[in-house]
Amino acid sequence: MTVDAVIVGSGPGGATAADVLTRAGWDVVIVEKGRNHLLDPDDLSKPAADYSNDEIKFIDRYFLGPDPLIEPRTFRRDEEEGDHAYVGEVNSIPTTVGGGGTHADGKVPRFREEDFTLLTTHGAIDGAEVADWPLTYDDLEPFYAEAERSIGVAGTAGANPFAAWRSGPYPMPSGAPMYGALRSSAAAEALGLHPYAAPTAANSVPYNGRPACNNCGFCAFFGCPIHAKGDPVALLMRAMASGRAELLSETFVSRLVTDGRRATGVEVIGPDGAARTIDARHVVIAAGAVETPRLLLLSGVDHPLVGRNFMVHFQTFVIGIFPERLHGHKGRAVTHVHDDAVIVDDAARAAAAEAGLPWIRGGLVEHGGPSLPIMEAKIYPWGTKHKSLMRSSPMRDRMWAFTMQGEDLPQLTNRVDLDPTVRDVRGFPVARVTYKPHRHEIVASAHHAPRLVRVLEDMGATWTMTSTSPLVEGEDRRGALSAIPMSRHVMGTTRMGEDPRTSVVDPQGRIHSLDNVVVADSSVFVTSAGYGPTLTLVALAARAAAALAGRTTPG
Amino acid sequence: MPLFLTDDEFRTLSAACDRLIPEDETPGATSAGVPDYIDGLLGAFLVDPPRIWAGGPTSGRHGGEAAFARFHRLTTLDELAWRTRIEGSRGLPEREFNGPVEGLQERYRSGLAALGPDFCDLAPEDQDERLRSNRRFTALVYEHCCEGMYGAPEYGANRDGVGWQSIEYPGDVQPRGWSDAEVAGP
Repeated sequence: MTVDAVIVGSGPGGATAADVLTRAGWDVVIVEKGRNHLLDPDDLSKPAADYSNDEIKFIDRYFLGPDPLIEPRTFRRDEEEGDHAYVGEVNSIPTTVGGGGTHADGKVPRFREEDFTLLTTHGAIDGAEVADWPLTYDDLEPFYAEAERSIGVAGTAGANPFAAWRSGPYPMPSGAPMYGALRSSAAAEALGLHPYAAPTAANSVPYNGRPACNNCGFCAFFGCPIHAKGDPVALLMRAMASGRAELLSETFVSRLVTDGRRATGVEVIGPDGAARTIDARHVVIAAGAVETPRLLLLSGVDHPLVGRNFMVHFQTFVIGIFPERLHGHKGRAVTHVHDDAVIVDDAARAAAAEAGLPWIRGGLVEHGGPSLPIMEAKIYPWGTKHKSLMRSSPMRDRMWAFTMQGEDLPQLTNRVDLDPTVRDVRGFPVARVTYKPHRHEIVASAHHAPRLVRVLEDMGATWTMTSTSPLVEGEDRRGALSAIPMSRHVMGTTRMGEDPRTSVVDPQGRIHSLDNVVVADSSVFVTSAGYGPTLTLVALAARAAAALAGRTTPG
Repeated sequence: MPLFLTDDEFRTLSAACDRLIPEDETPGATSAGVPDYIDGLLGAFLVDPPRIWAGGPTSGRHGGEAAFARFHRLTTLDELAWRTRIEGSRGLPEREFNGPVEGLQERYRSGLAALGPDFCDLAPEDQDERLRSNRRFTALVYEHCCEGMYGAPEYGANRDGVGWQSIEYPGDVQPRGWSDAEVAGP
């Protein structure tokens, strides 16, 4: 039997493709390497009940995968470090039905107009592959709107003065603001910043059969026990309810089967360890910006840019300790953000000029507080100090923090390829990440952090600290662990463009050299912007799937 | 009765845990059951289903079913990963595709032996000295102490929520959650 499309990966990108294609009348098979803890095994159009407020399960014991003992990755900063400097967890996004959507805390900003025209608007930077996207914000806007409706986004139109134009309101009003975020927003506003209620894919009211979020606080890194987070459960439930989708979990796609310029299907290894082929008229790859290029490389797709221009977000953490408790465990992890650090204003231009760069851009700044006591406890020393610190809780209940998701410039030397020696449990070479930030990221971080320190001081912090991930290299090289970006926002390894010489996929996500293979995840991103990639990758996947089905508008 | 460790090993472990998270005005590690958490992890495969992942979506502490108590069944791959982590690779080819892995059981056996048969009888400051001179093992035990002390009681420690109560932390809260006023107010 030949299906209309086989979809590799069940995260936000694959779920979107499944939803759009089944609505267009296609029969699809979704192949997911990880386990199904998202959908009810007895009726896949309904949610499961496996998620819980359980820190051991989700943080310490890899419930959402991947387990680094069976699916490790490797990391090095550069070739000087040899084959690899570290083997284990590297930029892990969940390996499970629902993919990265399951553990995200659901902030889903849109990009801004200039994010698609960075080269034209701001110009080139030495050592970076700054380029325009082959599509504009206006091209994508209808798909952003569709994405917000499909997964259910709560937000307040007009609250962010820097936001791109939008064709309509958010599907839901913003949810409850967190106490700490109200305080940090007031202090930020007094310093001339523009905080607003973060657009969030967590229901503020009942939406499409799923309940309103009840603020339990187990958001980032946790699956939602009540499925108030819509991404991507809403898309998968709708695809499964169509009767046109089949879901194969615990099934690994080891290779694209190709014949000249066409794929005829994929080779898979099922839960029983047996290999077989799934025949398909089209293949949609949505395995994430690390596993997608790995699959292309395992399949012998030999475009020299496959895996190149790997991007994350350069994270700047500014933390403050307060005399009073701020209860970051109540509420949906992050309720407020501001965009000011994304804007190239006079001060940013001056800082760039001083550093010999044409421009710098930071990223979205998230206002949030830590919430997990085991994570907190492991920071403290053991003994009597442990007890008093846990009771006074400077590193959790009395802490408030800013995280800036700094734009990471694309560089050819930052890449994903196949590790020469390390294997996964099925015997295939694992993905190796080679990554070092560009000077742009470090300069932008240093420029924007001091203002965030002032906000926390004005809010009443008695102690503040600034840190980054990856750590900026000092005089001595720190260990490999601090060089691995903690950001799970992976992007850019099969860049999109018109020209097959400078891009891997075309503006519809189709691989230039394979007429019926489409990439539908953040691998296609040309630049990283300073915003979480989810909503943009969902919009792009919807656009790519619509194009497959012969449409140029959302269905 | 410990599940995996011998009685002597369990006594040494308990004494070590009580130095890492000692009793003061709030309970210490051993009275919270932390040694049982660690022994339960080491012996996870001696019960069925293995005690790796507690169930969902609710514990029953704030309404809903007591579903945490129903541990998840493991797939073949889950079991391979967790047996390798706990038991070590033991020369088995299916566990050694990237080389040998030292298991937690062996690390605890050798680590507890290194603390010495007299560890329980030492003065507290001498116990601390032994712990400091076994830095890698102590770091492992401390990580597990933190998990047991402040993790869900279904994993064997934080008995009756004493770990959470001692830090004024509510633990899991589904299906109750928090009201909008509790979220936004001081």
